[in-house]
Amino acid sequence: MMRRIFLHELRVVFRKGAEIANPLWFFLIVITLFPLGIGPEPQLLARIAPGVIWVAALLASLLAMDRLFRDDFQDGSLEQLMLLPIPLPMVVLAKVTAHWVVTGLPLLILSPLAALLLGLDFYAWKVMALTLLLGTPTLSFLGAPGVGLTVGLRRSGVLLSLLVLPLTIPLLIFATAAMDAASMHLPVDGYMAILGAFLAASATLSPFATAAALRVSVQ
Amino acid sequence: MLDAINLTCVRDDRVLFSELSFSVRPGEMVQIAGKNGAGKTSLLRILAGLAQAEDGEVKWQGETLSRAREHYHQDLLWLGHQPGIKTVLTAFENLSFYHTQGAESLRWQALTEVGLLGFEDVPVHQLSAGQQRRVALARLWLSAHKLWILDEPFTAIDAAGVEKLTHQLLRHTENGGMVILTTHQPLAVDNLRQIHLQEKRA
Repeated sequence: MMRRIFLHELRVVFRKGAEIANPLWFFLIVITLFPLGIGPEPQLLARIAPGVIWVAALLASLLAMDRLFRDDFQDGSLEQLMLLPIPLPMVVLAKVTAHWVVTGLPLLILSPLAALLLGLDFYAWKVMALTLLLGTPTLSFLGAPGVGLTVGLRRSGVLLSLLVLPLTIPLLIFATAAMDAASMHLPVDGYMAILGAFLAASATLSPFATAAALRVSVQ
Repeated sequence: MLDAINLTCVRDDRVLFSELSFSVRPGEMVQIAGKNGAGKTSLLRILAGLAQAEDGEVKWQGETLSRAREHYHQDLLWLGHQPGIKTVLTAFENLSFYHTQGAESLRWQALTEVGLLGFEDVPVHQLSAGQQRRVALARLWLSAHKLWILDEPFTAIDAAGVEKLTHQLLRHTENGGMVILTTHQPLAVDNLRQIHLQEKRA
């Protein structure tokens, strides 16, 4: 059943391609704007790269976030999903995973290009890809309860960012710290362990919180 | 068997209905009647387990809904105002998501029944409102659920379609199924039970 939801979700998203492409363009354009605005000094760019990449990833994922349940809420699919004979948190888990595959995973694929634009070396890129691999699913899981709470509201965009962005601060700190360490060729295992812990915690708790939020929203 | 016990529903400090009790037995068709805004949809949503009643409880085969949620939802087919159809997908793909069990030919047959044969590989958003509604209603021909809760199933459906749908509802009750629905259309059904929602004067 979870596999069915997952595949159904992917099929819907791929049918309207612009939804995947837009946040990706946003991510790339933001990263391109920094060298243009600050100047093409490789050292300076490499210094600010972690922050730029992560803030861009954060905003790109937030941009795509509200479509997690909004379309389903509007066309009644959300009700149908809530009435499936499996626990709602499992449904949420399948939905968030599918959402990550179309919004988070492509950032990972674009990361070599981003690294190139900001003058990172191979080791720094590797660490950046790792932080994105662990961090972007965490972002999706952190955002899901917020989307669940705001899904019934008309203009939920700003409220959603106010709810979700503060939650992402620890993630931002540790992900950029890992990339800073990588630029000095220091070991990053500790940071990765913490990012992994964030992911494990959010993946376990978020589906339950989101399910509760959805039950409140869909009354 | 579905039991509603002393249901009370309050919306924005207004009591829509209170102390409403009834039960639905296998083979029964129940129409919830009432004016616009009388709380018909609210009642259906409470019965389906989508909304919480202010007071009272709903029991499915003797078990409270919150305890037997999965068990209940296995037996329940709900069609609300918004039918839960993805408009970027085709009619066939939509049906396949909701009904995986059974042969593919059954899904073709269901589409034929609702008159959508020939439109099965067109994205649903290119169909007319009535046809979009029919995609959702095709689920009734595939459903093995015992209880159907239908909110205004006849909206945007033409006369021939209404007749066919009524026939299908009757067949479901004859096979021991239960149907709860709201509609403003007169139904050509003999043993229809009506529950009237009346506004309480506070």
